[in-house]
Amino acid sequence: MHEWALAEAMVATILTVAKEKDASKITEAKIKLGKLQQIEFDILSFALKELTKGTLLEKADIKLEEEETKFKCRACGFEWNFSDSVKPDDNEKSEAMHFVPDLAHAFIRCPKCGSPDFEIIGGRGAWVEYINISK
Amino acid sequence: MGRIHKHLKVKLPDPRLAVIDERLKRVKRVIVVASGKGGVGKSLVATTLSLILAKDGRKVGLMDLDFHGPSGHIVLGAKKVVPKEERGIVPPNVHGIKFMSPVYYIGEQPLPLRGTEVSDTFVELLAITKWGRLDYLVIDVPPGIAEEVLDIVRLIKRGEFLIVATPSELAVRTVAKLTKLLLELEVTILGVVENMSLEDAERVEEQAKELGIDYLGPLPFDREVERSLGRPKKLLVTKFARAFRKVVESKFS
Repeated sequence: MHEWALAEAMVATILTVAKEKDASKITEAKIKLGKLQQIEFDILSFALKELTKGTLLEKADIKLEEEETKFKCRACGFEWNFSDSVKPDDNEKSEAMHFVPDLAHAFIRCPKCGSPDFEIIGGRGAWVEYINISK
Repeated sequence: MGRIHKHLKVKLPDPRLAVIDERLKRVKRVIVVASGKGGVGKSLVATTLSLILAKDGRKVGLMDLDFHGPSGHIVLGAKKVVPKEERGIVPPNVHGIKFMSPVYYIGEQPLPLRGTEVSDTFVELLAITKWGRLDYLVIDVPPGIAEEVLDIVRLIKRGEFLIVATPSELAVRTVAKLTKLLLELEVTILGVVENMSLEDAERVEEQAKELGIDYLGPLPFDREVERSLGRPKKLLVTKFARAFRKVVESKFS
């Protein structure tokens, strides 16, 4: 599952930063998931649980939060949400963007002017917003 | 006195960057096929290099980084293959090569990405692709000296550049710019191959000497190459591929 690859990346980043900061404990980690990538929360949670065993993260409160993906058309300035562009049953588009969010540029067009020249201004990919540590 | 506990809230960098080294840990060498100029045969050189190495029993991966004009799948005749999901993405085996390309997901749709989006796509692919054990990972780089080249230098510091030129002055001048940039960045340059070579042209060789890089040899213009696209076995017996094999044997053995 692709969620495992993302979980590995997040755990590696958190543990590296915690070590750099000389943390003795990580109490909380907040992970944000852009809607565009349509991450399976259950799989990601399971992967995180498995990958954090025996690490500083094992007892941390890991919070997962979905964020709506927002686009802005570079041609006409119109802004819209991912939910407006892709219907849940659109498997081909969804799968591509699940793996690589920027492949949205192959499938999504500005709903107002039809331009393919837009930017993702929010909710792209998966990232760790912050961690709370004790030292 | 007791220990003073400090609590801190820490912002984190892009998590994808943390796993790139891990993903490439079992890759012995990364060969970057670049030119700066379009239309000189980079994809053909990258794909044929991969085929020759694979035929010689090496474990080879090929990554098509040309998001605007991917061509590796055309040279290989890769059809009806898709990557496998296995705690990441495992590229399918195509004629003995682990082949990764954006075409698995977007088909023949145009992908109009701007600079930062190109970088993001590359980083994402590096972070999720599981190459496993490889002797060589060959990366087919698009024309230009922007995101793809700079990102390879930034993210895969051990990439070895194989530069592709043609005898045309139009190509030679652009190739010189790429070469100067790579020399400035102090990355490894394996040398330059002269694709579509003509008997009486020595411009590429002379320029290689001037720039202080190896001239790896001429690859003749061969009409059979076009007829061999999508048919790797046929491609490997063309004059082009036979000439290229000599380069590979001298530089990669």
